[in-house]
Amino acid sequence: MIKFLSHLGRYFLLLKKVFSKPEKPVIYYKQTMREFVFLGLNSIGIITIISFFMGAVITLQTAYNTENPIYPAYLIGLGCRDSIILEFSSTVAALILAGKVGSNIASEIGTMRVTEQIDALEIMGVNSASYLILPKIIATLIFNPVLTLISIIVGILGGWIAGTLSGVVTSENFIYGIQYAFIPYYITYSMIKTVFFAFIITSVSAFQGYYVDGGSLEVGRASTKAVVYSSILILLFNVILTQLLLS
Amino acid sequence: MINVKNLNKSFNGNSVLKNISVSFEAGKTNLIIGMSGSGKTVLLKSIVGLHEIDSGEIWYENTLFNKLDFADRKKIRSEMGMLFQGSALFDSLTVEQNVRFPLDMFTDKTPEEKIERVNFCLKRVNILNANDLFPSELSGGMKKRVAIARAISLNPKYLFCDEPNSGLDPLTAILIDALIKELTEEYSMTTIVNTHDMNSVMEIGEKIIFISDGVKCWEGNKNEILSSDNEKLNDFVFANSLAKKLRTQKS
Repeated sequence: MIKFLSHLGRYFLLLKKVFSKPEKPVIYYKQTMREFVFLGLNSIGIITIISFFMGAVITLQTAYNTENPIYPAYLIGLGCRDSIILEFSSTVAALILAGKVGSNIASEIGTMRVTEQIDALEIMGVNSASYLILPKIIATLIFNPVLTLISIIVGILGGWIAGTLSGVVTSENFIYGIQYAFIPYYITYSMIKTVFFAFIITSVSAFQGYYVDGGSLEVGRASTKAVVYSSILILLFNVILTQLLLS
Repeated sequence: MINVKNLNKSFNGNSVLKNISVSFEAGKTNLIIGMSGSGKTVLLKSIVGLHEIDSGEIWYENTLFNKLDFADRKKIRSEMGMLFQGSALFDSLTVEQNVRFPLDMFTDKTPEEKIERVNFCLKRVNILNANDLFPSELSGGMKKRVAIARAISLNPKYLFCDEPNSGLDPLTAILIDALIKELTEEYSMTTIVNTHDMNSVMEIGEKIIFISDGVKCWEGNKNEILSSDNEKLNDFVFANSLAKKLRTQKS
């Protein structure tokens, strides 16, 4: 318990350092643009592929579970839409990003720690925590909602293609379903979750990397811990946010 | 000038530096020597503030450095340059961007002035036509020289070198030593070099302190080191069989 509280304290102290005034805003701006590419643009591919197949599988499973004629056919499109917006594009995509982006951040910062690059920054008088972590947090907070929107669109598209090609639903029924009883607040709910998850992924992974002590083995361990802890926190906050935002 | 007074440092109750007091003079290459694990790196990192000390004082001229907070240390840190054991060049930046980094961060120079300064520093350490290379494309000796170029880009008053010759062949090591000595004299810097390389000691050791088990055991210069009667120092200096043989012949 004491160890947990000690880590928690270190985490918040690190955040305090991260959110202090930048030395040169223009340098931070350039770093943020760089992180947009590394953490945001470079994640579009994997999010697109996963969302497409996720949407396809949701549609097929919904279809096979609603074969009873009592259910209207458009329910397949509606089920696909709501599942993707409410849960898959925010939470599942966040879990995947925790694996990709989280391990990337922890290993990058961890390697900088063990090769004394962070010490070099400190010697120069640069606030290393802020310089290395703040641009990543800003980039993911801004770009992850974009990734979620892409995921929603591609997921529904995947559902439509899989549904119509396999013949489990007609194109008209599917399109009617995705328009039926649409609640715009669900998008807001999904975006709010995404922003929280983005912060968790970046800050927890950066924390794991920043305090690495040792060599390459420890960097690997920090990377694994970053993914595991981020994923657990994402699932925990998913429950909390759902209760707060949808109850 | 840097003055260290009664410095103590421990990790998890294990005392690593015990009551160290020493003065490092300006315009000279000051060497901290000792065996691996003796506390040299901890002492150097304590002096530059990367480790918080348990007790004692670290004075940079008339400023008590260890009592300053991060913001107040910035002014002194802007006058520091450090060469790390593994060079610590930023992997994601090119040679030019690495040397330019402190200029971007702490000066208001124009891009042209920055490039001019970068090229001057790189030329000073004999790195030519490598501006666009990444650290992974450089040899060990080149990395050290680029790291020195980065360290001197802001005209520092204090230069710290942690094992500057580690992993280098003897000839390159001599070149790096000579470069450090030249720069120290040229800019009248207070230079502190951590080393266990006896060639460095004999080449550039204008002032030397010997540390063993976290205790300062001896202080002198390269002319005095061979004639010292300190047993621990002699065990270190005459560690190899050739040196032992020469010593026996001499005595």
